Parts: sequence; structure tokens; C-alpha cells
Amino acid sequence: MESINVNESIVKNADFTEEIGIESGQPVQKCYQCGKCTAGCPLTFAMDYKPNQVIRMVQLGMKDELLKCQTIWICSNCSTCTTRCPCNVEVAEVMGALRIMAGKSGTTPPGKAKYVEVMYDALLGTVERFGRTYEVGLVMQNNLKSGKLFNNADMGMPMFQRGKLKLLPTKVQGAAEVARIFAEVRKMEGGVK
Amino acid sequence: MRYAYFPGCSYHGTGKEYELSTHAVAKKLGMELVTIPDWSCCGATASHGKSHLLNIALPSRNLGIAEGMGIGEVTTGCAACYQQLANANKKMIENEDLRNKVNSITGKPYKGTLKVKSIVEAIGIVDPETIKSQVVKPLTGLKVACYYGCLLVRPPEITGFDDPENPMFIDNIMKLAGAEVLDWAHKTECCGASLGVSNLDVAVRMIDRILAAAVESDADCIAVACPFCHLNLDWHQKSVNRKLGKSYDIPVFYFTELLGLSMGISPDELGFKTHFTDTKKVLSVVG
Amino acid sequence: MAKRIGLFICWCGSNIGGVVDVPRVVEETKNYPGVAFATDYKYMCSEPGQNLIISKVKEHNLDRVVVASCTPMLHEPTFRKAIARAGLNPYMFDMANIREQCSWVHSNDKEAATQKAIALVKRALAKVSQVEPLFESSIPITKKALVVGAGIAGIQVALDIADSGHEVILLERESTIGGNMVKLDKTFPTMDCSACISTPKMVQAAQHPNITIMTYAELVDVQGYIGNFEITIKQKARYVDHTICTGCGLCTEKCPTKVLSSFELGMGKRKAIYIEFPQAVPNKPVIDPDNCRYLKNGKCGICKKLCPVGAVDFEQKDELIEEKVGAIVIATGYDLIKWEEIYGEYGYGRFKDVITGLQFERLVNASGPTNGLIQRPSDGKEPKTVVFIKCVGSRDEAKAKEYCSRACCMYTAKHAHQVIEKIEGGHAYIFYMDVRTPGKAYDEFYRRTVDEGAQYIRGRVSKIYQSGDKLVVMGADTLLGSAVHIEADLVVLATAMVPTEGSEKIAQLAGVNIDKDGFFIEAHPKLRPVETMTGGVFLAGACQGPKDIPDTVSQASGAAAKVAALLSNEEMATDPMICHIDEKMCSGCLVCKEVCPYKAISEKTITERIAGQPVERMVASVNTGLCQGCGNCTVACRAGAANLKGYTNLQLLSEVDALCR
Ligand SMILES: Cc1cc2nc3c(=O)[nH]c(=O)nc-3n(C[C@H](O)[C@H](O)[C@H](O)COP(=O)(O)OP(=O)(O)OC[C@H]3O[C@@H](n4cnc5c(N)ncnc54)[C@H](O)[C@@H]3O)c2cc1C
Ligand code: SF4
Ligand code: SF4
Ligand code: SF4
Ligand code: SF4
Repeated sequence: MESINVNESIVKNADFTEEIGIESGQPVQKCYQCGKCTAGCPLTFAMDYKPNQVIRMVQLGMKDELLKCQTIWICSNCSTCTTRCPCNVEVAEVMGALRIMAGKSGTTPPGKAKYVEVMYDALLGTVERFGRTYEVGLVMQNNLKSGKLFNNADMGMPMFQRGKLKLLPTKVQGAAEVARIFAEVRKMEGGVK
Repeated sequence: MRYAYFPGCSYHGTGKEYELSTHAVAKKLGMELVTIPDWSCCGATASHGKSHLLNIALPSRNLGIAEGMGIGEVTTGCAACYQQLANANKKMIENEDLRNKVNSITGKPYKGTLKVKSIVEAIGIVDPETIKSQVVKPLTGLKVACYYGCLLVRPPEITGFDDPENPMFIDNIMKLAGAEVLDWAHKTECCGASLGVSNLDVAVRMIDRILAAAVESDADCIAVACPFCHLNLDWHQKSVNRKLGKSYDIPVFYFTELLGLSMGISPDELGFKTHFTDTKKVLSVVG
Repeated sequence: MAKRIGLFICWCGSNIGGVVDVPRVVEETKNYPGVAFATDYKYMCSEPGQNLIISKVKEHNLDRVVVASCTPMLHEPTFRKAIARAGLNPYMFDMANIREQCSWVHSNDKEAATQKAIALVKRALAKVSQVEPLFESSIPITKKALVVGAGIAGIQVALDIADSGHEVILLERESTIGGNMVKLDKTFPTMDCSACISTPKMVQAAQHPNITIMTYAELVDVQGYIGNFEITIKQKARYVDHTICTGCGLCTEKCPTKVLSSFELGMGKRKAIYIEFPQAVPNKPVIDPDNCRYLKNGKCGICKKLCPVGAVDFEQKDELIEEKVGAIVIATGYDLIKWEEIYGEYGYGRFKDVITGLQFERLVNASGPTNGLIQRPSDGKEPKTVVFIKCVGSRDEAKAKEYCSRACCMYTAKHAHQVIEKIEGGHAYIFYMDVRTPGKAYDEFYRRTVDEGAQYIRGRVSKIYQSGDKLVVMGADTLLGSAVHIEADLVVLATAMVPTEGSEKIAQLAGVNIDKDGFFIEAHPKLRPVETMTGGVFLAGACQGPKDIPDTVSQASGAAAKVAALLSNEEMATDPMICHIDEKMCSGCLVCKEVCPYKAISEKTITERIAGQPVERMVASVNTGLCQGCGNCTVACRAGAANLKGYTNLQLLSEVDALCR
């Protein structure tokens, strides 16, 4: 990393820091960088920035780096960090707020993170269409979009044999109602894919 | 006890055994599970990453329908659905502005009068004597590692019925079923289910840790309370073996399956046949 | 008689004069009713300033005085003394603060500052027109002190007071004095042996002619006030007559009942009849009634049969002892936070080899349960890899305490040093957030530990779990930017110091306050650190906040000096600005009694003549020794019978009048 012009970053992105604080509902300024979140996080091995670094970067207004990092997508929302933070910072909520902001900003997450976003979209896509998640569709769509055609495919057959994959989606009667929820949210918030 | 029951999207797919065994066990315990009519997806953890509003609105539609059923409590087996419903319930009760906004778009306004319980809690609070009286084939000698994962117990402000660091609800139920429960290290470590589809390479490393701890504690099987956890630990066990050169073969059950077994319900009825790992081992221990 | 007020307005150099138009203030106020003389002066508090007041009082036959200058906190006593020298009652006086309240806060609006000064002077003039002479009274002093708690703080206080010639009762609830310090092995930063420096003090206290040690005893009641407390102490039954016991130890040797020793923090055993440790003071046993077979079910009695002097007495009962003292020092110390109830991620105490720092002290202590060999509790093996975790329960607002416990950074460095020194091939890893070593020779000590090979890792630990016979410690190294883990043989937690159990009750008895964490509150955090807001009650040691030994001992000596100063008087003056009850107006409702935080109000019966007949009725009565003049009662009294002398309802109203005019 290059030397960071701290005051410029903080001043330039004060809005960003504030917005993440509000959207996540978390007092990010309280974090004293003890690292307990990182120490307990099950996914640090796959993250580019560690959870405590993410919080630090929010404090310093490092918006660009955060919105295109993998960590916020890799985070499984397990809330181990939240449960143990001594400063009452719900780190998982901060991750969530960053995820939402990154999604809306339209940046494609790099590396592994890309598939996570694709999967989220696929999942919600089936919900919007049918009112419920449609598992076969989800797996296939995900594989197509992410370009990993055979990911999980070798598992698909045994699953099908056990009657665990339905080939046809079940549609909720109120599917239109669910679709309307998506539409309204999009109207209110904009940017939800 | 009557509950409005939310099956969750995996109910007749990946979580089939859970659905079967939950209903079978509930019947034995005199619990009435009334399915929420025309329920829809709660958004699981995907909407959490997309929009705060959507994340509340999707479960709230279901809460709104459930409220109309005139049953005060909602329960669900899936830990992810449970967390979604509990979270939305808390926010809808606490935040009037949000409630109004959400109600304006779901078509099923929710006033905020319900309690949301995980099926683990719902069964866990049944009088122990009632459970014991139904146990006809105690799981004597079966060493069970009870696995809670994340969403059932965290964050405690939303879940809160059990200790987030050393939860005991499933353990206590398994004890009543006659099993030996183990104090093991990874009860609440995340299994990475949310990455199981998108990043299996990452997920297998998380699954590996949990399976290793269960095996180290000398468990005969793992008991779970979430279709996602089950999918990950059961289905993906092969992937772990293949990708990481391991040779795990530890059966993974829904806690309701094991409880049902102790109540004399036939393994087929509980869905033992559709597991990916070998369930015969356990059946032979129990006899 | 007409009032003759003298008004003196101060420039305070340019402090006031640079903003407030002082001559104009004089001009605008000198004709206020009652003012007989008015002037201004550069520095009223100076010697010539004071002399000016004295000469003008005499010259103009003034009977009361107003000075408009700085805050009364600073110079009210100065001016009171000045008018007393001029022959007036010192309470025939009031002050207007035209510096802090005018020139300093309104320096950019001179006109407003001047207007406000005029108003404030008029207020003071209104008030002073209403004042009456007040007289200090005096009460005798009981020249004896009570010290509650006999850790190093209590012992030091007792010794210092005793050395200054006053009697001291040193009260301790355990069977021996010494507190936590005698459990320690070595003490930082000089590493002298804790017992070697503290047990001589214990013996000194036991032998001091002015000190009476009462162990196995509790404070159960406090009445009275500064200089005149009446206390009740419960001497718990020891079942051993200490007046004849020789301390031979035969009984403790032969008693068949073994229980876990609380002195060894659960890591060693003691008998049902026991002496806590070899150098205990008094060095005589007590019987633990919860575990003694005879006291529980009438069987055994071996100790009684064996005792050569017949000291064992199963019939002994608790005893109440009443005493009078002039001062009380609270020195009840600390406990370690009950981490087992809070930290599930560290195993809730399920893992035997996760211990506290204090337990570690016992493990390295030559007179401890392992004779000074560091052996882990689970299997008695010598641990090679020892992990220390700092700030457990401290600086954790989510789960425990917000504050820093102050001593743990240093004692953890000490422990790490001991691991490296005592265990061959031993490794010490310390998870820390900050290293706080602001004492004399402290940082040098810490740096030396690092030089010796202690690995400091900056990060908190998220979880500990057992894996085989190792404990896996999952931490972070934030400097590295990575999660890290260590497979440890022993984990030592530097747990937070919290006020000892029962502090709240002591606070209630002595009428002093505790803070949100339960520590006793000093009268002023900087300027009155050993006093409390209740006269005659003082604080020493860790009961006031986490402290190490040097700080504890200094504070103890400070408290002792305050006590000695108090007890060196035969009698003491009381503040005259206290509550007065107008019995004629009092309806006897006693609301005042409930709101008085100092328990100064009681009921009394008076006899009145109504229509020629004597009628008895109840009224409130103020104990002038206890009343601190807080004024709570005057607000609560519906009849307006309670009045604070020097701040009567009438005086306050006339001030409001003057300001609103
Ligand atoms: C692990 C550890 C290591 C330490 N190492 C060092 C070190 O190396 N150097 C150093 O300077 N400091 C060290 N300290 C700090 C040191 O222990 C304290 O500074 C010191 O003991 C405080 O003394 P105290 O008298 O105020 O309290 P305590 O030692 O707690 O004494 C209080 C006494 O009051 C008694 N008591 C309590 N309540 C009542 C009651 N209601 N009635 C009657 N009696 C009562 C208690 O029984 C006890 O005897 C260490 C602390 C810990 C935890
Ligand atoms: S645990 Fe909390 S305080 Fe510690 S680094 Fe993480 S967010 Fe910051
Ligand atoms: S919620 Fe995300 S950041 Fe927090 S511990 Fe879980 S995976 Fe790590
Ligand atoms: S009577 Fe009690 S104290 Fe005495 S020897 Fe027996 S058990 Fe021990
Ligand atoms: S003294 Fe050090 S270890 Fe103790 S609470 Fe303070 S910072 Fe933490």
C-alpha cells in the first residue's frame, strides 16, 4: 500500500464514514482496534482486508478501497465479531452496509467475491420471480453467470436421486405481491439489482 | 402448544428430512404446527447483502400473514429463516417508521404482535417429562456433537434464547433422548454455508475445521438444526475429502431426526435414506 | 437599627477592570438601600485591600460587608477572616462574582458584562441586608480510629495513625490480616518477595501498643458523625478461644476434613480447622462451621480432644461489640472480576488450565500449593508455552468494565519474566492492546522482559478451546494484520480488579457514595483524594479504584495523615451553615428525614401550650454534628419550617427579587 494521505482521505470521505455509521447503525468511531473481530472471524484466510482493518478503513474514510474489496462479500454474516466486540461495534452490520453500498455503486467485486454477488442476485432473482427460492434454478443460474459451469454439478445428480432437487419451481400464489415488494424497494432505494 | 409454522424454501428440497422429522416429533409432543398459508421466501442471508429494507420486508410479509392466523407464536426449523424472521420482528416492533414503510409495500401489514421462536427453542421449552415420556428407544451410547452454527445463536440481541458461546438447548434435548452429548470446541463456529455454492473452495476449509473437531471429540454423529448447516456438513463432506485429501465419514442428522428415532419413529419416516453420509453406523449403535 | 453595608468592588488588575466598567458599577450601586460606604480597589484580596476593609468598617461603623470580585471558592474565607478582624461576625458578609461570571465569560461584550456585574452586586446587597450572625460551635472528638479492611492499605493506615499516637481498631473479615498482597509471590518492579516485605508489617501491626486487631469480624452498624462515631462490630465465632490457644497447630494437623482453600484460590487444600498460611496474623486457627463434621452433625471432635490447652470451644457464638471512634478509614480493597460468569469464549472456567494472574502468583510462590513449581492445574505438568491475555474484563464496555485496571500490564510483564526465568525452554506470549507502564522504573521493567524473550502480540483473543492436552488460543496480531493462534499449555488471564464483595454495604453503613463500578468516591478526584463527602470517613487503597502497591501505600499514608490531623484536636468546630427547623412551623410530617442523605434528621417530641393546655407533638430535629448543609430538606419541607442558615428562604427570595427588578 502506498502512503495514505490521512487528512485528505478523512476530509474527502467524511460523508462516506457518516453514511456507513448511519446505515449500519454502528458507532464505528468507538473501535479501538483490538483485533478481537479478526481473531474470531472464520474467514480471514479468504479475506483481502481483515475485519478490524475494514473498520479502521471506515474510520479513515477509505471508500474506494472498501467498495472494491473482497472481504465484504466473503464475510458470511456469522456475527462472531459482533458478539465479541468489546466496544459494542456490530462489525457484521458494518460489513452488510458496505456490501449494500458496493452493490449499489455498481462496482463488480473482484476475485472470489464476484461469485458471492452473483449468487445473491440469483437467489433473489428466483424469489422475485416465484416468491420462493428455486434451488435447481439457483445452482444452474449461478454456474452460468459465474462461468463455473461444473461447480457443484457433480453433486447435483446424487441430490436429484435423493429427491432433494425439484426440477420445477413452486410458485407462491402471492408471487405478484413479492415481486411488488422488490419493485417498491427499488423505487424507494434505487439501485437494487 | 400451537405455532404458526414457516417451512422455509428448503422444506421439500435439501431440507426434506428436517421437515419430515420436525412434523413427526411435533406430533408426538402434542405440538401443533400450522403452516403459514402462501408463505414466501424470507430472503435468507442474501437480502441482507442487498438492501436493508428488502431484508425486513420479505420476512415481514410472512409475519403479516401469520398475525392474521390468530396464533401468537411463529416457529421455523431453518436457522437462517429464524434469524430473518426474528430480526424483522424485532425491528418492526421497535421502529414505528420502519413498520409503516414496510407495511406500505408488503401487502400484508404486520402490527407487531408475534413472538418468533426457533424450533429448537420451541421443543427445548417443552416440559422435559413430556419429552422423556415419549422416548421409548433411548439413544444410549450414542455420542452426539451438537452443532448450532451461527444464525441460531447470533447475534444475541436478536436470537437470545440460548448462550451464544456455549449454547445447550440441542444438547439438553439430545440428553433427554438418551444420547451422550459432547463438550466440543466448534459448536458455534460458522460452517460457511453461504459460500457453499459460490466458493466451495473456501467453504470446504470451514467445514473441515468443524468435522475435525467433531471427530476429535470422538463423536458418532453431528446433530444440526438448520438445512444450510446440514447441506454443508453432510453433502459437502465428500468435497472436503476430495479437495483437502481427508476421509471423513461422519453422519450428520437434524436433531429432530435423532429425537424422532428415540421416540420409536421409523428411520424411513424420518428421512434417514436421503442423507449423503452413511446413517447405518448410527442406527447400528442405537440398535 | 438601620443596616450599614460596606461595598468593595475589585478590579482584579485588568482581569475584571479590563472588561467591566468598575467605577460605573460603584456609581450604580452605591445608593442601594443600606449602603453606607462604597468604593473600588485594584486588588481587594491583597494585604492593603483587606486592611482597607478593616479600616472602613471601623471608620464608617459598618455592620456588614459585600465584596464584588472573584469566586467565593477562592476568597470567601479570606474576606470573612478580614471582617472578623474588624470585629464583625464573619457571616455578616456576601460576595458577588464579577470575574468568572462576568469579565471572563463576556470579555467580548463589555456593556453586557458591566450590566451583569451591577445586577450581581445588587443581588449580594439584597442578600447581605438579610443575613444574621452565625456562630460555629464545637464538638468533642473521640481520639480513636477504625480501619475497615487489613490489606496493605489498612495495615499502613493503622501503623501511621498508631505511630502518631492515636489508638486504632484494625478490622478484618478474614481470619488473618494481609489481604491480597500476601498472596503475591514477587512484586514489580523490584521483584522483592511480597511476603518478605508485607509480613513484617503485619507483625508490626500486631505488636503495636496502639493497634487492636480484630480479625474474623465485620462492621454491622455505624451511628454518629465525624469525631463521634458509634460503631458495632460482629465478632464471628471462631470456635477456638484465642486467649488460651498457643497456636501449636496440633488440631490442624489431625483434623480429618479437607476442603479447597480460598487462600490458594481453589488450587490447594486446607482443613476444617485452619490457619490460612504459615505467617498469618493472628497465628491461631479458626473452625470453618460449614465444613466441620462436629458442627455439622455432632460427630468427630478430634481437635477438641487433642488440644493440649482446651482452646477448642464448639459453644462459641457470634458476638456484638460496640466501640466509639472519631474517624473511619475504608480500606476494603479489591476482588478479581468473576470472569467465569462472563467470558464464554474463554470457556466459562471449564478449562482447568485457564487461570487468573492471582492463581499464577500462588503457582510461582514457594509457599503456594506447588511449592513454587509452575505446574498446571489439570495434570501437574510444567507448561512450556504460557499465553497471557491482558485486559480481560477491563476496557471491555460490552461485557464487563470500561476502566483500565492499572496493575495488570506490570504484573503480566512480571509473570512473563517468571515463566522465562523458571521454566527451562519456556515461552511466554502476551496478547495486549496497549502496554501501560507509567510508574517509576516500570517501562524499564517491561522492556527488560521483552529483551529476555517475551513475545508481545498486539491483539485481543477471541476464543480459547481445548484440543487434546493443549489449549488453542485464537488471537489477532493487528500489527501484522492477521489472525494468529497459539497452542498453549497454560493460559493466564489478567482479569479486572473490581471492588470487593460487600463494598456496597460498607458504603451504606458509613454513608458514603460509590461510583457506577462500585468503587468508593473520593471528595475530589484531584484535591481531596483520600477524603469522602462524609466528614470523618476516609479512603485508602484499591477500594477507591484499581491500584498497585506503591500507589496504595502512598494513599494509605495520606489518609493516615488526615486522620491524625483530625484526631490531634480535642474538639472541632462545626460549620454553622446547616439546617435549622422552626418548630412552630414544623408539622411533623418528617419528609425531611427521608431526603436527608446524612441521616441528620430525627423526630423529637415537644410540648406546646395550646389554649393554656400542654399538648405533646412530634417535630423534626437536626443533629448539628451530622448535618452537612446540603439543603435537601429545605426543598422538601412543605411547611417551610426547614431552613438552611446562611441560605434561608427569605434570603434567597430577596436575591431573586433584586435580580428581577
Ligand atoms: C495478580 C496480581 C499481581 C499483583 N502484583 C503486584 C505487584 O507485583 N506489585 C504491586 O505493586 N502491586 C501488585 N498487585 C496489586 C496489589 O495486589 C494491590 O495494589 C494491593 O493488594 C491493594 O491493597 P489493598 O489493601 O488496597 O487491598 P486488598 O489487598 O484487597 O485488602 C483489602 C482487605 O480488606 C478486607 N476486607 C474487605 N472487605 C471487608 C469488610 N467489609 N470488612 C472487613 N474487612 C474487609 C479484605 O479481606 C482484605 O484483607 C497485583 C495484583 C494482582 C491481582
Ligand atoms: S472487535 Fe470491535 S473494537 Fe476490536 S477491532 Fe473489532 S470492531 Fe474494533
Ligand atoms: S460476520 Fe463476517 S466479519 Fe464477522 S466474524 Fe463472521 S465472517 Fe467474519
Ligand atoms: S471437629 Fe471439626 S475442625 Fe475439629 S477435627 Fe473434627 S472436623 Fe476438624
Ligand atoms: S493495566 Fe494493562 S492489562 Fe490492565 S486493564 Fe490496563 S491496559 Fe489492560
